[in-house]
Amino acid sequence: MSATTETSPQGAANPAAHRTAPAPVGSRSGGRERSSRIASTVVMLVIGLAFLVPLLWVVLASFDTQASLSVAWPDTWSLGNFSAIWNAETTFRPLANSLILCGGATVVTMVAAVLCAYPMSRYRFRAKRPLLLTIIFSTGLPITAIMIPVYSLFVQVNLVDSMFGAILFLGASALPYAIFLTKGFMDGVPLEIEESAWTEGAGVFRALWSVVIPLMRSGLAVATIFTFVNMWGNFFVPFMLLLSPENLPAAVTLYTFSSQYGQVAYGQLAAFSIFYSLPVVALYLFLGRSLGQGFAAAGGVKG
Amino acid sequence: MSTDAPTAPRPGTAPARRRHSPLGDRLTPRRASPMIPAAVLLVGFMLGPILYSVYLAFTDRAIRGEGASDTSFVGFDNFLDAFTDGDFWNSVLLTLIFTIVSAVIGQNVMGMLLALLMERAHRVISFTVTSIVIAAWILPEVVAGYLLYTFFADEGSLNTILTSIGLPAQDMLFSAPILAVSFANIWRGTAFSMLVYSAALSSVPGDVYESAALDGAGPVRRFVSVTLPLMRPAIATNLMLTTLQTLSVFGLIFIMTGGGPARQSQTLPLYMYEQAFSYGQLGYGTAVALLLLLIGAAASLVYLRLLPEEEKR
Repeated sequence: MSATTETSPQGAANPAAHRTAPAPVGSRSGGRERSSRIASTVVMLVIGLAFLVPLLWVVLASFDTQASLSVAWPDTWSLGNFSAIWNAETTFRPLANSLILCGGATVVTMVAAVLCAYPMSRYRFRAKRPLLLTIIFSTGLPITAIMIPVYSLFVQVNLVDSMFGAILFLGASALPYAIFLTKGFMDGVPLEIEESAWTEGAGVFRALWSVVIPLMRSGLAVATIFTFVNMWGNFFVPFMLLLSPENLPAAVTLYTFSSQYGQVAYGQLAAFSIFYSLPVVALYLFLGRSLGQGFAAAGGVKG
Repeated sequence: MSTDAPTAPRPGTAPARRRHSPLGDRLTPRRASPMIPAAVLLVGFMLGPILYSVYLAFTDRAIRGEGASDTSFVGFDNFLDAFTDGDFWNSVLLTLIFTIVSAVIGQNVMGMLLALLMERAHRVISFTVTSIVIAAWILPEVVAGYLLYTFFADEGSLNTILTSIGLPAQDMLFSAPILAVSFANIWRGTAFSMLVYSAALSSVPGDVYESAALDGAGPVRRFVSVTLPLMRPAIATNLMLTTLQTLSVFGLIFIMTGGGPARQSQTLPLYMYEQAFSYGQLGYGTAVALLLLLIGAAASLVYLRLLPEEEKR
């Protein structure tokens, strides 16, 4: 996971700025400054080690055909666990299903979010504040709490076990946060640039497509990856709405992993966990420096 | 990120220019038309189920038996059943413990601590540790559940470490499962708070600290009287987001303990799931779900009161 270092821009950029700040106080505090630095580093190391152990387990166990529950250095390193699950039924189909489910839902979410954010960002209307508040409110809506009515509703309209139905629901559930993020990024695109497009006779969709979207590309990438990654890790929604084995995404097949093999093969479980986690880790690396910006928006602290 | 032009004037700050816009600035039905897809999705798949759940919670809808063939209206029976069911109150208590220990205290304090340490600790160490914390957060929920299960299990990593340094082994998954899943949720969720707080800290101007330091304020004093007040909006928002996220945690607990043993880690989402699907009582499960929604809404109202006025826009 060493490559994830890229994803902590705050850690890279800000300490320097703050570290220099107390300097003018005088050299008297120099020693205290250094010991506080050492103390901070030690505390940080201890916390880091505590967080590291479970991660270490999954990496070491995946290369250890004799893996147990405890983190241990493998006696012999082997790719046996990976080759054991290297087949369509265990690995490729669930991952492909995850891709269809989350990819489809991400497209649904982002198209709807961009279209919805544009009028909200560009025009004045009386219901704007209440609408924004409602969206912020529903961002925090515990999806878990509406899964039973959704399941019951899906049974009635015959959408249970339909990939299409699951995509639409997953898409809708991610929509409030996506609108919130997208509108924030869209507000940063100055209106003046669109005006020239308007005077040349471009309509709303034309201005959105050829002027606004290109200017907020990086913001859109952040929102899209956030949406996708959250869906990729979602367990409860597909667990409830999809039933047949050939439809199940990796999140759910990982849960059924133990029963599938009679007794849990921990090394294989670890290997599958790594396969399943790699795409989101890769996307986060891709997010890189933009992560901090997304979080400024998430924390409601953006200017 | 240069394209986002943070220094560019926002639409709201240039009213003089806006008057010249050929399309005007007021929303008309035609201009609102791009909002239709989002509206259809939100009404059909979010508002619809919520309204439906209000109906369902007052019925005896079931997967099997009487309520399955012929659903009837039962008034407040489901809610009364919940309020007189010891298992329901057990779940409410466990949900509160889980939320307070893991979200309100655990993730927030840990996130703030890490964000502050990030500014002082050695660069390479802080880089590595924050990467580890972020990695724990981006892993899918089910993977995190299995990892923390192996960590806390009888023959798991924690006991290997404890016994190797001469400490007694623990059996937390049996003796205090709610604490085990709370620690798991701290492990998994701290990165979020850490990122929010570190983004907020970076926007605190350095000269504020300088003048506070010149006035003779120590580090603790500076944190309490300068940093904390400036970060109030971020803290309120983050408390709320982590609280709501934690209220709806299902997969992590489901994988680690399944709510057991003997319901000792059965928070409301798991209780709701058990009632609706193990016992087939959809109507009753929905009533519990509605109560969970109400708890979330109440928490949201507290959050809005905590926010300073100008942040509510």
